Amino acid sequence: MNFGLSEERELLQRTLAAFLDNECPPQRVRELFDGERGFEPSLWKGLAELGVAGLCVPEAFGGAGLEMIDLALAAEVLGSRAFPGPFLGHSLAALAIAAAGSEAQQERWLPRLASGELVGAAAFGEAGGAWQPEQWRARAASGRLAGAKESVPGAAEAGLVVVGVEGGGLAAVETDASGVAVEAVEGVDRTRRIARLRFDDAPCELLGGDTDAGPRVRDAALVLLAADAFGVASRLVEMAVDYSKTRVQFGAPIASFQAVKHAISNMAVEIEPARGLYWYAAHAFDHIRGESERSAALAKAHLTDRALQIARDTVELHGGIGFTWECDVQIWFKRAMFDRSYLGTPALHRERCARLAGW
Amino acid sequence: MDLRYSEAYEAFRAEVKAFLAASWPLVGDEAKLAPEAQAAAFRERAIEAGYLARAIPRQYGGSEREPDVLKAQIIREEFARARAPGEAVGIGPSMLVPTLLEHGAEWQKQQFVPPTIRGAMRWCQGYSEPGSGSDLASLSTRAELVGDEWVINGQKIWTSGAQHAHHMFCLCRTEPEAPKHAGISYLLIDMKTPGIEVRPLRQMTGTADFNEVFFTDVRVPARNIVGRRGEGWLVSRSTLKHERNMIGDASRVRLMFGGLVKLARERRRDGRPAIEHPEVRQRLVEIEGQVMSHVYSGYRQLTLAARGEPPGVVGLMNKLVSTQIGHQIARLALDLLEEDGLLAPSTAARDVASIPGRSASWVTQYLWSLGTAIAGGTANIQRNVIAERGFGLPRDAAADRSAGR
Repeated sequence: MNFGLSEERELLQRTLAAFLDNECPPQRVRELFDGERGFEPSLWKGLAELGVAGLCVPEAFGGAGLEMIDLALAAEVLGSRAFPGPFLGHSLAALAIAAAGSEAQQERWLPRLASGELVGAAAFGEAGGAWQPEQWRARAASGRLAGAKESVPGAAEAGLVVVGVEGGGLAAVETDASGVAVEAVEGVDRTRRIARLRFDDAPCELLGGDTDAGPRVRDAALVLLAADAFGVASRLVEMAVDYSKTRVQFGAPIASFQAVKHAISNMAVEIEPARGLYWYAAHAFDHIRGESERSAALAKAHLTDRALQIARDTVELHGGIGFTWECDVQIWFKRAMFDRSYLGTPALHRERCARLAGW
Repeated sequence: MDLRYSEAYEAFRAEVKAFLAASWPLVGDEAKLAPEAQAAAFRERAIEAGYLARAIPRQYGGSEREPDVLKAQIIREEFARARAPGEAVGIGPSMLVPTLLEHGAEWQKQQFVPPTIRGAMRWCQGYSEPGSGSDLASLSTRAELVGDEWVINGQKIWTSGAQHAHHMFCLCRTEPEAPKHAGISYLLIDMKTPGIEVRPLRQMTGTADFNEVFFTDVRVPARNIVGRRGEGWLVSRSTLKHERNMIGDASRVRLMFGGLVKLARERRRDGRPAIEHPEVRQRLVEIEGQVMSHVYSGYRQLTLAARGEPPGVVGLMNKLVSTQIGHQIARLALDLLEEDGLLAPSTAARDVASIPGRSASWVTQYLWSLGTAIAGGTANIQRNVIAERGFGLPRDAAADRSAGR
């Protein structure tokens, strides 16, 4: 019985945390958050040098050949530091090609994805909240793609997009091809910029190796969002604790008032015991196939719901300053909003859980 | 990450199963004994075999095995599966025994530990008083040393099981001049001593599980003190430390959740099974998120304990988490009951202890979910503990700092 992290995995988290604390501290996050692009190539390169861009890419293609749990642990650290950049979509694109690409496709794209030189993105949702594979309507036929995708994170930086198509399958499109239009959309989470993608007879290649690829990559996305939300919420609790110890009112740190202590305890109790939900879902993704779809939905619904509530509580605890643009809390707050809405709200995934349980 | 047990542990599990197959249920004349006597007889054999009382030295009736949380977990799982009596439950084994092992005199350990861990000696806890609840250290029940006896006067309240207990471990004020935390001693009192009066308190559940206990010139041998005079507060803190070291065990809330799903299948709403109703489905899965968080959190604490690592702040949260989940489950059950939620609570003991089936027992469960939020440190006190010990927030300006914590 072992429900814990190996030394290697703890080291992975510590290494990433140390890198981000040095290279991407809150003031750097703030600059990128306020900046035009929300992305810094040298930071991405640094992460890629640590192996983050190819964690789940097989070693034969230059990746680390690790498991979903490793990717999710990385997502937690990136969430806790609100890392601005295309990690989510890139990881999903690499997973999709590793899982469902032909040998030729893998040879063409995986080495450059693993090195981070080629940035990937994943395009799922369509207008009207059509997030799920059975709702996808983009059509791929005879090597050509037609359709539109909404709220695609990281699309502006991506050279390769994995697109969910009608029937629940996946197609790969190079973004410099003809018939691909990337239109930036002003999103709430400025650490993960989004765009609308239009495909007008764009050349594409189906990823046909695994007929279950669409739902599998969707499940991977849910696990990574859950992990990100856990990291976000944990950092918010730290912010609340730190602020309450330094803010003085009535001649005492507000941390000494029970109303504040209880608020912080309640926030922590909501999130701290819940990390196992994403650990288990990530573990199930590779090792307990029969439970992987439902455990991913449960983790996404629960953790992203909790993270946004904790973000609200953290703003409230900061008082007026917490509501300003200047206060960093809003960066994590908006990241929690992304995690909660992207790929469907908690209500949608709870209903899926109920259905998958046969209720 | 691997939720399976290693081969060595699976071999241990097979040994436990074989022991249980041979030893429980009891047969022959022993099968005719009263349930409590059967449990005590079985526990004696299970201790002999090394499966119970593993942390207790042999000289005090235990089986004295190397600490191994995974073996302990396997034993719990297999004993539960076989419906065999596990470790004796209650505050005697969970609170008094570890306290005696740490602070007790030799004769106290020899006399009290063996029967308590077999479940043959029952204890109640004399802590709370009418004026001393969360501020326990303000207690005022007096014990005066007269000759070689303590003479006790005062009153305790919320004393669970006092009507069935053989003994009480009790905090009394012995040094009235000392600062409040420093004036308390920890005494062991035989409940048959003249001058003790137990009056049951009827709870909102309709049953009387706890009591008021009045002391009028109750005389207790001087040697019944645990630790030294004035150290009772520290002695009682060590009890709490043992309690806090307990790993979160989510098996009960998980069973309760299973009962809730069953209820949602059986009850109807709008002419269909309630479990098909969108609101019910949303609430069920929301609760399941909390239940599974707690389950995995328990696995993780177990893993950390097996590695000899502390659980961290989450170890302080177990009681509050299970209290909150219990409330959520009971509240949805009450909604599923519709008009049956108007029924009087069942007062049958089995309906309090087990997973509810009948409507009236869910009403009981709803009321008890409030009891667990209060007993053993209210939810608000738990929140203080998490904030102060877990996150290092300063103690409340108004709280007393005279000693101890």
